Amino acid sequence: MRIPLSWLAEFVDVPAGTSIDDVHAALVSVGLEEEGSHRFDIDGPVVVGEVLEFGEEPQSNGKTIRWCSVRVAPPGTSAADGGADVRGIVCGAHNFFVGDKVVVTLPGAVLPGDFAIAARKTYGHISDGMIASARELGLGDEHDGILRLATLGLDPEVGTDALGLLGLTDAAVEVNVTPDRGYAFSIRGIAREYAHATGAKFRDPALALPTIEPAEGVHVSIDDQAPIRGKVGATVFVTRVVRGVDPTVPTPAWMVSRLKLAGIRSISVVVDITNYVMLELGQPLHGYDLDLLQGGIVVRRAAAGETLKTLDGQVRKLDPEDLLITDDSGAIGLAGVMGGLKTEISDDTTNVLIEAANFDPVSIARTARRHKLPSEASKRFERGVDPQVAVAAAARAVQLLEELAGGTADGSGSGLHQHDSLAPIFLPDQYISRLVGVDYTDDEITSSLIEIGATIEYASDGLLVSPPSWRPDLTHKSTLAEEVARIVGYSRIPSVLPTAPPGRGFTREQQLRRLAAETLAASGSTEVLAYPFLSASSNATFGSPDETVAPAVRLANPLDAEVPLLRTTLLPGLIDVARRNLSRGLTDLAVFEIGAVFLPAEGTDYGVVDVPLGATLPSSEILDALNSSIPPQPWHLGLLFLGDAIEKQPGQPAVPFGVADALDAVRLLATALDVPVSVRQGSHKALHPGRTAEVVVPVGVGADVVSVGYVGELLPALAADLDLPRVVAVAELDLSALIDLAARSVQATPLAGYPAATQDVSLVVAEAVAAGDVLDALTAGAGELLESIRLVDDYRGAGIAEGSKSLTFALRFRADDRTLTAAEASEARIAGAAEAGRRFGATIRE
Amino acid sequence: MISEESVAAAVEAALAAIGAVTDTATFRAARSEHAGEASALARLNGQLRSLPNDQKAAAGKLVGQARARVNQAFAAKEADVVALENAAQLAAEAIDVTALPVRKRLGARHPLSLLQEKIGEIFVGMGWEVAEGPELENEWFNFDALNFDPDHPARAMQDTFFVDPVSSHLLLRTHTSPVQIRSLLSRDLPVYVIAPGRTYRTDELDATHTPVFSQVEGIAVDKGLTMAHLRGTLEFFARKMFGDEAKIRLRPNYFPFTEPSAEMDVWQPNAKGGARWVEWGGCGMVNPNVLLSAGIDPDVYSGFAFGIGIERTLQFRNNLNDMRDMVEGDIRFSQQFGMVV
Repeated sequence: MRIPLSWLAEFVDVPAGTSIDDVHAALVSVGLEEEGSHRFDIDGPVVVGEVLEFGEEPQSNGKTIRWCSVRVAPPGTSAADGGADVRGIVCGAHNFFVGDKVVVTLPGAVLPGDFAIAARKTYGHISDGMIASARELGLGDEHDGILRLATLGLDPEVGTDALGLLGLTDAAVEVNVTPDRGYAFSIRGIAREYAHATGAKFRDPALALPTIEPAEGVHVSIDDQAPIRGKVGATVFVTRVVRGVDPTVPTPAWMVSRLKLAGIRSISVVVDITNYVMLELGQPLHGYDLDLLQGGIVVRRAAAGETLKTLDGQVRKLDPEDLLITDDSGAIGLAGVMGGLKTEISDDTTNVLIEAANFDPVSIARTARRHKLPSEASKRFERGVDPQVAVAAAARAVQLLEELAGGTADGSGSGLHQHDSLAPIFLPDQYISRLVGVDYTDDEITSSLIEIGATIEYASDGLLVSPPSWRPDLTHKSTLAEEVARIVGYSRIPSVLPTAPPGRGFTREQQLRRLAAETLAASGSTEVLAYPFLSASSNATFGSPDETVAPAVRLANPLDAEVPLLRTTLLPGLIDVARRNLSRGLTDLAVFEIGAVFLPAEGTDYGVVDVPLGATLPSSEILDALNSSIPPQPWHLGLLFLGDAIEKQPGQPAVPFGVADALDAVRLLATALDVPVSVRQGSHKALHPGRTAEVVVPVGVGADVVSVGYVGELLPALAADLDLPRVVAVAELDLSALIDLAARSVQATPLAGYPAATQDVSLVVAEAVAAGDVLDALTAGAGELLESIRLVDDYRGAGIAEGSKSLTFALRFRADDRTLTAAEASEARIAGAAEAGRRFGATIRE
Repeated sequence: MISEESVAAAVEAALAAIGAVTDTATFRAARSEHAGEASALARLNGQLRSLPNDQKAAAGKLVGQARARVNQAFAAKEADVVALENAAQLAAEAIDVTALPVRKRLGARHPLSLLQEKIGEIFVGMGWEVAEGPELENEWFNFDALNFDPDHPARAMQDTFFVDPVSSHLLLRTHTSPVQIRSLLSRDLPVYVIAPGRTYRTDELDATHTPVFSQVEGIAVDKGLTMAHLRGTLEFFARKMFGDEAKIRLRPNYFPFTEPSAEMDVWQPNAKGGARWVEWGGCGMVNPNVLLSAGIDPDVYSGFAFGIGIERTLQFRNNLNDMRDMVEGDIRFSQQFGMVV
């Protein structure tokens, strides 16, 4: 909401010298946040001039300019810039005549956009100033020619200061009006708030207007057959007839400039007056051409299939919930949102019907949203318009139509009021002090409530507070607490640190998630946070390891229609990050992300049909339904490596990142989180078929494992499509599952002090047998004496049959009660090898 | 012949040879030649046996002293040679420590994560707990339970991402406030929790907006809590975040889930360009309707709640101008922070 200061000062005392910052500070203190300020940005000598004569001079560029002689000061006096009283000025416009009064910006003036005026040579003349258009002055969009003051109904003395004359010295503050304060979308409401903030006297403009009820002249009825949420669509409908209006008379400059500062373009005098009154009093008005109305007015809901051509020329298909203004011809307006074209006021209109109505906020909000028509009117109705101000607003419009547009009110109209007054609120003694933590005096409470317009009755152990008609937001004693707290001032609230009961600290999951992030960062990876939006093709490629497409949640209103899904995997986000870094010349990357993924189960319908109301605890069945209405959202952990792990340096060849680095990171995590992960050969459609590992964790006592993720290199063709280098190593783990599987506490075993026996064993197996499987077999066969086992060599070539390989393992044996003999160690080694032989046909290579 | 001259000559020759030693090889050669079995002194020593008995003592003493002197000189020389050679080896092994290869690189945490953890620590230190909830939410938790009427403009102003179909009533949470309700529903009173996490609004990415951002909210519900406790908590929080001189200013505002509501500004003593008030977040006393949604009697319990934007906090706390740097994943951004924020 923008508030021109001159307008504000009409209803509340604003001391001379009050700056825009002062006004903002006052309004902020009562809850109207500063949004900005507006000025005309025009300064210096700008005066009324009279065109004495001009000659037309065709130019080589095809234009014809006028070389004018303009009087800018009374004869014999010096002009506002200290120069001569008559000036030569070049003008490109042709819409003026000798004798016209115009606005002349003299050298030294600065126009909006930092446009400095100086005497300058142009088209062969020294142009000693400029004849201004309305747009050049910042007054409007008109640029068809220069501003002729006669069109504003003005005939001032030559030399008069045009800035003051046109209201261009005014300025406006802009504040943010919170959605509970509909009344503050008016100068009236803001002036009241300014009075609260400063203690200055508030003069309610609504009280200054005649409150006469018009004689019945227009028949109005409200026929709402389908109230929304039990509320009738219209509760007030005041109309006034004004005859003999001339819609073509110019809107006075003071009104144009105030509207402009308030952010509203001047259109025509009748429209300007309705907008002006709306800004002043907060009551949206609508003007009809009375002679185009057919019969009486009925306010009703739309019928199925009904249409309306609105003022913007659009034909609107109406919804049965839309509230309409109708006459015998059908719909003539979308109530509270936009008028209809049929009864629009035109230059030919002479008799006007002014409507000041009050509509149900919910009905208007739904209609405005449905038709995507947020208007100045709907904005106010949605937030609540003072139902008591309609009569005053209609009277104000009548007054202005009479004063400015030559109209005469014939005293007729209608005055329909069915508005209930707001329910009184019981305010128990001490309630506000206990909630706010300030010991307010009784007087502070009552005077604050009276100041905001409430009326008070004393009851035993409390007050009965009736909110003023413009405060439908005051519905509960806590809302009264806010009023008292803000009128007295939030600065009165002291600072007391409450004592929470002893807490349990971070949860195990929170601690382990953080440990995972810190472990990866400490081992060289950089954490990134990608957006969780996904394209359908990325989901198809990365969402599931096999050929199925992972079910994904789709947004109804994505920012980018190409990425409408919620991520089922972190990999596409990491790939985007990699591409961005590569494009910025960062070619060695180790990045990770920890974040939620959204994993709807195939064939499950999520969501609920009905959402329960607020302010009531739903039944446990409904709460269960709400809880199970959302798909699982586990935390995943993704890793991506590309480029060099170690860059080439003196004495150090480059070591490129590869799948081993991704696997290493996974092992590191497993160690940090204490989860017994192992890997096996895996397959994932986005990964290199020969370089993919599935990460599994054993569960239960048997050989059952649960899969917790994949490690591998991107399919080279996919990497090429994505403009990535050929080797991109990635990993993705279900971190929630991993944490769930992590050991709750470590069961430590005593360390044996007896010497170890170390032996190597080389086993020849078929190339296709995975080393990990051989290792598992050796471990199983060697028994309890085996303390550690490590693969140290994989040899193929001379001495080994084609299609086979020799795997060498280093074994360390130890007993916890004696020194092992070499024979015992060898026996265990051979038992291990035998198991590998049994499982994979492995033979010992001597 | 053993004579003083012959012994002295042998000693002199040995000492000269020792003087000429430069390394282990020449040392060994010299020792073999002058102290070995075939050396002149060894030969003279061998001749002792054939001397007449009365001459044996004097000659033996003469030769013995000479051999001792020579052996001593060799021993001393040997230590010198070893020291010399060790020094030479160390010199040969010298490297340019300013050009050693970097084999391990330190990664970095994202500052938005670090800041959320830091805030968690501040509150856990006061006995609060950290609560979490789903990012994809049911409308009831995000709006209705928080006193957002389905038709109230405040609901439309939230710029919500809805799940398709809209009739499923699922959405991406627009704030972490649903966690407030979930905490009140799942925990025993009193409740003191903060809820950090990701939130979503349909804003296009620019220097000051991002459709995906993070918040930390706090809620305390207990008997006898007042706005003074809210201010006390916020001031403690502000001092931990911005230093001991930080202060809190409350201004009236409106939020559906609090009443009274306030906008909070924080006094930034170390702000770039001079100390000033900075808008930090919203807060207020928990609206009675929110308590009722969780089945809590507002005439027995009261509570306060507050929320701040993590991105915005990071912006003015760490002097960042462009929100885009936080979300684009350029590794240089996180690497500025390393492991602490």
